[in-house]
Amino acid sequence: MKKSLIVAIPLIIFLTMAVFLFKGLFSDPRALDSQMNGKPLPDFQLPDLMNPRQQYTSKDLTGQVTILNVWGVWCVTCAVEMPYLTQLKEQGVRFVGLYFDQDLDPDFGTKRLTDVQNEVTEMLAQYGNPYAFNIFDVQRDTSLDLGVTGAPEHFIIDANGIVRMHHVGDINERVWNNKVGPMYQQLVQEAGGSQ
Amino acid sequence: MKSIVCGLLVLLFSTAAISADNRYNFDSQQDRALFLTLTAELRCPMCQNQNIADSDAMIAHDMRRKVASLIREGKSEQEIIDYMKARYGDFVYYEPPVTVATVWLWVLPVLFTLSGLILVLRKRSAPADADTRARLQKADQLLERDK
Repeated sequence: MKKSLIVAIPLIIFLTMAVFLFKGLFSDPRALDSQMNGKPLPDFQLPDLMNPRQQYTSKDLTGQVTILNVWGVWCVTCAVEMPYLTQLKEQGVRFVGLYFDQDLDPDFGTKRLTDVQNEVTEMLAQYGNPYAFNIFDVQRDTSLDLGVTGAPEHFIIDANGIVRMHHVGDINERVWNNKVGPMYQQLVQEAGGSQ
Repeated sequence: MKSIVCGLLVLLFSTAAISADNRYNFDSQQDRALFLTLTAELRCPMCQNQNIADSDAMIAHDMRRKVASLIREGKSEQEIIDYMKARYGDFVYYEPPVTVATVWLWVLPVLFTLSGLILVLRKRSAPADADTRARLQKADQLLERDK
């Protein structure tokens, strides 16, 4: 009896380790728990990318369900997802862009706004324009407040301005059908299905 | 030989000082020291396994800039760590908090060592059984005879 217990202990340890390591094979070390889920958008006041005299605050993202898409022209994956986002927009999904520029170092050296605008216009003409409007995160402060680590990232925001889902990476058909779409539909229904 | 060892040690400890930006100006040496400490303690969420002093990712640049500006605002070390944790989670700080999930990292090795120790001690204090005693006696007799 005692002997079988001694034989069993290493076996149990081995099995536990095996299950633990096996699970590790499929876990994504880059997947971080977002700190934004269930929280209201951070306060910001930022200009429109195309018309800097127009200013936006977090209030401009309330009233209807919105997907805030963090992107930039330098981001290849953003270009890849853009045609699909444009398709979704044509089906009535509301996207707002949070644009940030990689070459723009807020402390040292700047790039002219017109250069940024030209790059953006060119890219949107090429791949389609899913955005209701683009907010220009000049200093990238709002991206930091949102816990953005790169681009593209998406924040699905309900009609009250609460972030309900933070999706890191692109939206393609599979991601939309399995993850983002159902959440979006649910929020639209919560808001009274007016969209 | 001694100088080579010294040189290697200097190389080993110099990386953090070189890699952290020297571009930021601070009012005092303490602030600069705090900046170097914090950029070494905070982890880059993009290129994981690098701290934000070492990483060249854009997010690491932005986090260094934020750390510098928070220091200038007079925030304490803990306040800045909390600021980053509020945005990027516990992941962003190299010292994980003790929670139900992480406490095992400390408890398991201790349990393992203790159980090993108990096993060894019990084995040692166990009395030799009759068979062993008889054989030892026999061996002693043989040794006596061969003398």
